[in-house]
Amino acid sequence: MAEKIKAKIMDANKIRRVLQRLTTEILERNRNLKNFVIVGIRTRGIYLGKRIATLIKEMEKINIPVGVLDITLYRDDFSEFETQHMVQKTEIPFSIAKKDVLLVDDVLFTGRTIRAAMDGLFDLGRPKTIQLLVLIDRGHRELPIRADYVGKILPTSRKELVQVKLKEVDGIDEVLITEPVEK
Amino acid sequence: MSPETSLQFRHYHLLGIEDLEASEIITILDTAESMAEISRRDIKKVPTLRGKTVVNLFFEPSTRTRSSFELAAKRLSADIVNFSLPTSSVVKGETLKDTVRNLEAMAIDALIVRHSSSGVPHFIASFCQSHVINAGDGTHEHPTQALLDAYTIRQYKKRIKGLKVIIVGDILHSRVARSNLFLLRKLGAEVVLCGPPTLLPPEFSKMEAKIEYSLDKAIVGADVVMMLRIQRERQKANYFPSLREYRHLYCLTPERMKLAKKEAIIMHPGPINWGIEIDSALADSIQSVILKQVENGLAIRMAVLYLLLGGKEREIAD
Repeated sequence: MAEKIKAKIMDANKIRRVLQRLTTEILERNRNLKNFVIVGIRTRGIYLGKRIATLIKEMEKINIPVGVLDITLYRDDFSEFETQHMVQKTEIPFSIAKKDVLLVDDVLFTGRTIRAAMDGLFDLGRPKTIQLLVLIDRGHRELPIRADYVGKILPTSRKELVQVKLKEVDGIDEVLITEPVEK
Repeated sequence: MSPETSLQFRHYHLLGIEDLEASEIITILDTAESMAEISRRDIKKVPTLRGKTVVNLFFEPSTRTRSSFELAAKRLSADIVNFSLPTSSVVKGETLKDTVRNLEAMAIDALIVRHSSSGVPHFIASFCQSHVINAGDGTHEHPTQALLDAYTIRQYKKRIKGLKVIIVGDILHSRVARSNLFLLRKLGAEVVLCGPPTLLPPEFSKMEAKIEYSLDKAIVGADVVMMLRIQRERQKANYFPSLREYRHLYCLTPERMKLAKKEAIIMHPGPINWGIEIDSALADSIQSVILKQVENGLAIRMAVLYLLLGGKEREIAD
């Protein structure tokens, strides 16, 4: 699909500083990290989650376990996409029962992904609490879902696309607003 | 949503391996990896196929295939109806077409069909609305068996391309042999077919398989040794003089296994006639992956059900 870039919202430095701020907020609100675990939503949520775990280690010298959640089997918004989504593995090699789970995703939009992620988490165990961290909140919620930690609130129009690119996957750290171009 | 995770699986039915591209086969195998994880959880269920109805339409006996399709449907939260020939109105003379039409009238989504006549799934697909999955038709194909065999081989050997795979037994009547031959050739393996000449038609060499009537010769350097079931009825039809002679020439013994590669794996689709196809001494051999095949069959069938039925025709209320 052809698209044109409308704006660059964040570069690598901005992303780094935002994650540092978010990590400080996490530490502020969670005095006790004993039962704290991070679960990243595939794909980019994983790398954001790992970076936050690294920052927590630097700041507090504590190792936080990071797991990977694939929500393809829990989605309810299939027909938005012309092709079916590839199911990938959920890898959470620790119990989430009675844990304080930090769910991490790159963009919060309609809220359906997070709803699916919570369903997925509850199939794996009963967490004590779930908090949500997103890099970008772009509005247009269709469900009563909100994030606890937000990197940036970004008003967008429905047809725009917010693309979060991360070095681990895309070779570069940046956040772009793009719009599909009619052929 | 990342475009790199979207896939193309363009089929409405799964009637045979022959219709599949190599890339689609890989898609099924990769999807099965994710499905296998679900069976390791405490709650072995995901809501993906909730509200879908699947019918096991089995006109032939089956232990593994039927129960693993049933479990696969249940683990994806689908509803499943089990139809079995002896307890159905087919016994009273109802035709195949009427049976399918009547089941379809109850708003079902998929039919999993096993029948003793080749081509039955294709026939059903020609007039019914539901997705049709071939669970074994006559001597034609058994696609999910070949898929789980490939998945198992990939699990142990990390690849399929370039491996030497021998398939031993009643090739003539084997749908498992045909499906495996199609799949292994599509993925670049070398296939050697081995059996008595009466059960191994030379025409198979036209399908890119090597023909070798001596098991002692065929097994040399094999990476995968796949044994097929021999039906005792074939002896009555004079395909071979006696089971004892068949065993002497074609039974997989520890001595014969030594001729294969050191890390070769032993496979069998089941049910096994111990002492005829495989020596009982090999039953607990570390090289036997037979029970793994069954375990993998469940993941493969979940993958097939998901790819055919999951995540497509749903409507969102706008």
